[in-house]
Amino acid sequence: MQRSPVVRARGITKSFGDVVALDGVDLDVASGQVHGLVGPNGAGKTTLLGLLLGLAVADGGSLEILGTPVGRALAVPDGVAGFVDGPGLYPSLTARQNLTALASLRGNADGGAVERALEQVGLTDVADDRIRGFSLGMRQRLGLAAALLTTPRLLVLDEPANGLDPAGKRHVHRVITELAANGTAVVLSSHRMDDLAALCSEVTVLATGRVVFSGPLSKLAAESGELDYRLLTSDPAAAHQVAEGVTGLGVLPGRDGPDADVLVVRGPVPALDELVVRLVGDGVAIRELAPVVTPLEAAFLALTGAGGGPGPTEGGTR
Amino acid sequence: MTATQARPAPMTRGYRFELVKLLSQWRVRLLLLVCWIAPAAFVAAVSQQSMLPTDTVFGRWMHATGWSGSLVVLDFACSWALPLLTSLVAGDVFAAEDRLGTWRHLLVAVRSQRRIFVAKSLASLTVILLLVAGLAASGIAGGLLAVGNEPLVGLDGHLLAPADAAGTVLLAWACVLAPTLAFAAVGLLGSVALGRSPMGLLMPALLALVLQLAQLLPLPVAVQLALPSHAFLAWRGLFTSPAQTGPLLIGLVVSLVWAVVAAALAYRLFLRRDFTDLAYDGSGRRVLVTGVVPLAGLVALTFAVVAAVTPAHGSGIERAKLQDSLATVYAHLYRLQARELGRPDVTEARLKTTASCDKGSVRVADEGPGNDWRCVVSWHLPGVDSVGSAIYQLDVTADGRYVADGDGPKEVNGYFQVRTPTGDAPNPLWQFDGDVDLLADTPEGTVHASHASAPARPGNPSWASSRTYRPQNPPPRG
Repeated sequence: MQRSPVVRARGITKSFGDVVALDGVDLDVASGQVHGLVGPNGAGKTTLLGLLLGLAVADGGSLEILGTPVGRALAVPDGVAGFVDGPGLYPSLTARQNLTALASLRGNADGGAVERALEQVGLTDVADDRIRGFSLGMRQRLGLAAALLTTPRLLVLDEPANGLDPAGKRHVHRVITELAANGTAVVLSSHRMDDLAALCSEVTVLATGRVVFSGPLSKLAAESGELDYRLLTSDPAAAHQVAEGVTGLGVLPGRDGPDADVLVVRGPVPALDELVVRLVGDGVAIRELAPVVTPLEAAFLALTGAGGGPGPTEGGTR
Repeated sequence: MTATQARPAPMTRGYRFELVKLLSQWRVRLLLLVCWIAPAAFVAAVSQQSMLPTDTVFGRWMHATGWSGSLVVLDFACSWALPLLTSLVAGDVFAAEDRLGTWRHLLVAVRSQRRIFVAKSLASLTVILLLVAGLAASGIAGGLLAVGNEPLVGLDGHLLAPADAAGTVLLAWACVLAPTLAFAAVGLLGSVALGRSPMGLLMPALLALVLQLAQLLPLPVAVQLALPSHAFLAWRGLFTSPAQTGPLLIGLVVSLVWAVVAAALAYRLFLRRDFTDLAYDGSGRRVLVTGVVPLAGLVALTFAVVAAVTPAHGSGIERAKLQDSLATVYAHLYRLQARELGRPDVTEARLKTTASCDKGSVRVADEGPGNDWRCVVSWHLPGVDSVGSAIYQLDVTADGRYVADGDGPKEVNGYFQVRTPTGDAPNPLWQFDGDVDLLADTPEGTVHASHASAPARPGNPSWASSRTYRPQNPPPRG
């Protein structure tokens, strides 16, 4: 199926005084795609999301949303919804009042839309409660409901899973997935790589206002390079000795305390395979073997330089 | 794939949304409750007391007519309540979005900063009008229910029939809407400029405090008229005959100019704000540059215009004007006292009342505010050769209001009660309020200030006292 472009940004720049928030950012998002924006704090994610919502205009570059060039603030086309910097709701109003008011502002006076949105995010039972008493997760869900009132073609969400419990997260993930399946393009930011892995088909990694990676998640994982692995065995000393004998495998210095028995090794997957074979051959039982960080997280840390961890000769696990 | 550009939300919906948000706040609900109930309770309770708030204009008449209670509420509201109400409503209407972090949300929904500004301004104005209407209606209702629909004694002593009193009281409340608008606009400016800072909320209240302090000073009348709070005082001129329309009209115009300028400054500042800048939180420098300096310039400009186009000069309180005002009030109230005492009526024209005033010692010019004015009022009674006279101490404030305190003779103005055929009653000549028209020309021919001798000091035997007072019908004794 040919997907039509929903967002097409080229060379976007945006500064606040002397601070460069975005520096030549390109972004392509197609309909039905869930696109993740990830980056350390201050990378420019919220600024970029704000531009997509029309809250500001870029200093340079071009931005097209739903085929319409966006040249000034608050001039994005119909069909764009979402939130940045929190869901932005009024605590003195009930959930239903918040949504009804927003529906009215957007010219959607159909009362059924409010009920449908509440049902979609699972807040029907608390619709008449003032949101002053809502948890952060409930507010996030209500913010999502507000975005759903107009059946958006581009949904922009800033940290939508922030503060959600596992059930709430599943709920939100399901809503986003269903929207994407129906052709809505979703651009969301998150600090959690597991959320991105669960939702996104493509990601853009930003660091200090620049794109350092953009593409499919599988490609991002490949950027991770050599991973660190935690190895817990029945005989740590023997395991250490075996690991040092495997070509291409580095052993990081151990730690004191409860992790004293944990060995951290770094190397390519074939070297790791050889380590496992040798340990089994030497009668050392393997109780745990897992990456210290996920491949996506490792890739993120490598690309953004946010890891800052020690190398194998410096000792310590991360 | 192309899409149509999203249109801004209709203004009426934005306005309704802002109104719903304001009315859902417990603070606004409490204010509404207080404004619609407290004045009635206050007026009803105080009207029944023996101690009346005589330091407030019209306070001494609260036992006599229900209309004066609302004017006491109005006077108090002009001092404190109205600036505070504008602070709590208009001073917070933009800052609340900063506090809640809802700006981006609202902008995405409305898609027009201009419409957001207008909707917020109109919604806060609506709430302020509801609060002012509550103060007015509640005070009037409380007074009418507790005391009744009786004639009102004006600030020149003339009686306003109940229907006239009703119209004038409502007009006075309507007049203070102009300075209320000015303070509300300053509140909007503070709210836009200072964001979450509580200083934004306090700007109208702080402005009111500064202006009240300024009004206590013996400033030139042109400066007083150039202040946006002058209309909070000038409504009193409606209660003289003829009405003192000059200061009132100038006060209204100045207030409306302030409202427009402050709202325009707030509008410009709001449109220039970058809502993606998370670091924005207002600044004192911004307030200074965009608010204080232009408004101070407006005061200077208004002063220059008022000084150029009106006869305003000096303090506006001159001996001749004060004498004229005092004589007029005295004549009106003398008739009132005569009616209370059951004496034959006599017109003001036949009384030929005059006053002679002196301020301080001979070294002090007979001009300006102060509590050291001393006056002798003289009047003629038909068919009596001698001239009656009574002495008053006057406390004159810079805004032209004065309180005349009778110093005798006892039968006329030296005692707080008079004995009427139906029992003791408050003596209208004992203490009364008056109001000097700050812009009026010095009267000619009415009071012969330059020819009148200065009133005698206490203890000076030359003072006529009761020797020159020959009431046609002495107060009956029980």
